[in-house]
Amino acid sequence: MRRFSWFNATSLTLGFAFLYLPMVILIIYSFNASKLVTVWAGFSTKWYGELMQNEAFLDAAWVTIKVAVISSTIATALGTMAAIVMVRSGRFLGRTLFSGMIYAPLVMPEVITGLSLLLLFIGIGLDRGVLTIVLAHTTFSMCYVSVVVSSRLVSFDQSLEEAALDLGCSPFQAFFLVTLPIIAPAVISGWLLAFTLSLDDLVIASFTSGPSATTLPMKIWSSVRLGVSPEINALSTIMIGIVTIGVITASLVSKSTVARQQREERAAERLSAG
Amino acid sequence: MPQDVFAPWLDPDANPIIQFKNVTKKFGDFAAVDDLTIDIYEREFFALLGPSGCGKTTMMRMLAGFEAPTEGHILLSGQDMAPVPPNKRAVNMMFQSYALFPHLSVWNNIAFGLRRNGLPKDEIAARVDEMLRLTRLEKFARRKPHQISGGQRQRVALARSLAKAPKLLLLDEPLGALDKKLRQETQFELMDIQEKTGTTFVIVTHDQEEAMTVASRVAVMDHGKIVQVATPPDIYETPNSTYVADFIGDVNLIEGKAGAMDGDKLAISWGEGLADIIGTPHTNFDKGQTVYFAIRPEKVTITHDKPANPIAFRGKVLDIAYLGNLSTYHVELPNGQIIKAQTANNRRISRRGFTWEDKVWVSWTDTAGVLLEN
Repeated sequence: MRRFSWFNATSLTLGFAFLYLPMVILIIYSFNASKLVTVWAGFSTKWYGELMQNEAFLDAAWVTIKVAVISSTIATALGTMAAIVMVRSGRFLGRTLFSGMIYAPLVMPEVITGLSLLLLFIGIGLDRGVLTIVLAHTTFSMCYVSVVVSSRLVSFDQSLEEAALDLGCSPFQAFFLVTLPIIAPAVISGWLLAFTLSLDDLVIASFTSGPSATTLPMKIWSSVRLGVSPEINALSTIMIGIVTIGVITASLVSKSTVARQQREERAAERLSAG
Repeated sequence: MPQDVFAPWLDPDANPIIQFKNVTKKFGDFAAVDDLTIDIYEREFFALLGPSGCGKTTMMRMLAGFEAPTEGHILLSGQDMAPVPPNKRAVNMMFQSYALFPHLSVWNNIAFGLRRNGLPKDEIAARVDEMLRLTRLEKFARRKPHQISGGQRQRVALARSLAKAPKLLLLDEPLGALDKKLRQETQFELMDIQEKTGTTFVIVTHDQEEAMTVASRVAVMDHGKIVQVATPPDIYETPNSTYVADFIGDVNLIEGKAGAMDGDKLAISWGEGLADIIGTPHTNFDKGQTVYFAIRPEKVTITHDKPANPIAFRGKVLDIAYLGNLSTYHVELPNGQIIKAQTANNRRISRRGFTWEDKVWVSWTDTAGVLLEN
């Protein structure tokens, strides 16, 4: 094992401090009793209590969760379908163009995605609100889902589906009874990824929302402009918590599936050897 | 005691269960199966044998319905299969990779096909239990596929494909993933199950020993065509071409020129200063025509002294392959031709007679070899 030198320890500490110190400060100050964000006046959870009384924040939170659940669900369905087409259909005319177009939004600046969606919604005369945010979020998060699902499908043994057909399934049944249960971990982690992306998003939501719908990141952004309040700190802490849980669950779901498979395969090998 | 020999292919009134009629399958410009016509009969254990890329797997996939023929027709019990999708065919397949559903237990894997038929629950349970008994898997019913060994997985795959009692079972390299010992045991198990269930089996394999062991008839394929279809003894003893002779088992191939016929015997001249080989042809050879003489190593006798047999050649031992039960000697004749001679080691090692560089005689009888045109 490599020696843990002072240099390594220092660079590791500095690196993590750079990444997480701001968030740690935010979390600590969310428990500050003082109204002033920069002066520590003892531990208190009162800002969390006040947050629960704040109608505007609660409304925004409700909108955010609604948008995140609906958009990530639609994105998962569309992204999975796109992944299946990309992996299964082999070569067809315009395949490269099509796959490029699926992945392009991953690298597209959010401002441009937001602006172009705004122009589209104005162009077709769609009133901006929850619906338009859902559509916008579905658009960009479905690429992430299709990346996650297609990387799983590449290693999927296609004879499993053929076996299902051979045993009397219609192609539709074969997908739902065999393919989907097997790729489910990838689909679930795709959904969680889409969910957290939608939860975080400020830029695209700002472009595509209307006066009737404000998401939590938008609400935080607009109230911070009037000054940082401990309430915002409390709210941000809750969001960090939700996102962290989402990301950790997503990685645990895929990791534990892999670990379980490996464990069981090893057990099977022992069994066949012995 | 007289016994009925199972040979429906000799009976002109027998109805074949599968008929390939001039079937061609092209992938782009490449013909994987090329104008192929063959009948397969009920209760047969039919083996498609050939090197990889010869079209045997394509034939099987066409029977299962995963590929459609480019030209020609495939008939199952007299009915054209072209418009029938894989899930509506009374045909089941056992996949090379087994393709067991990893998220289902052994029991549910076997029940999978039965559930699609919408049978009542107790009937499904009875049938699954019957299949588990047949394949001796009762103890593993609740296990997942990755919790059992390779040999057990192979039996689950077989049980699953037999559960729906198909008219026809297709086996794609079913024993390829097993080690040699287990493979031999499983071959006998397969034959046993085939006899018990009375299902028609079509097996695809590149292992000629496997095909010879299990099959009632073997079709040797090459480049999308069937070169020869015959029972295992016929295909071994009377191959119709050098390709088949060379593909099945070990063979000595000697090229020569046909001489004059003498009764039913033909003399073949094949090297300067060497006596003609006398063979018994099944077809007519014109004088001067190129002829290949094929003889199996175990039909070549190797001796120290000149044998009484008139077809005998002097040579020296070049190589010895000791296989335990058999020894194969590579004997070089004066013209450089190498003849493989095989003897059974029915005595223990003390009496081994030949060693490297020994001058020996190789000989055979005039009916031991086969004369081939190509």
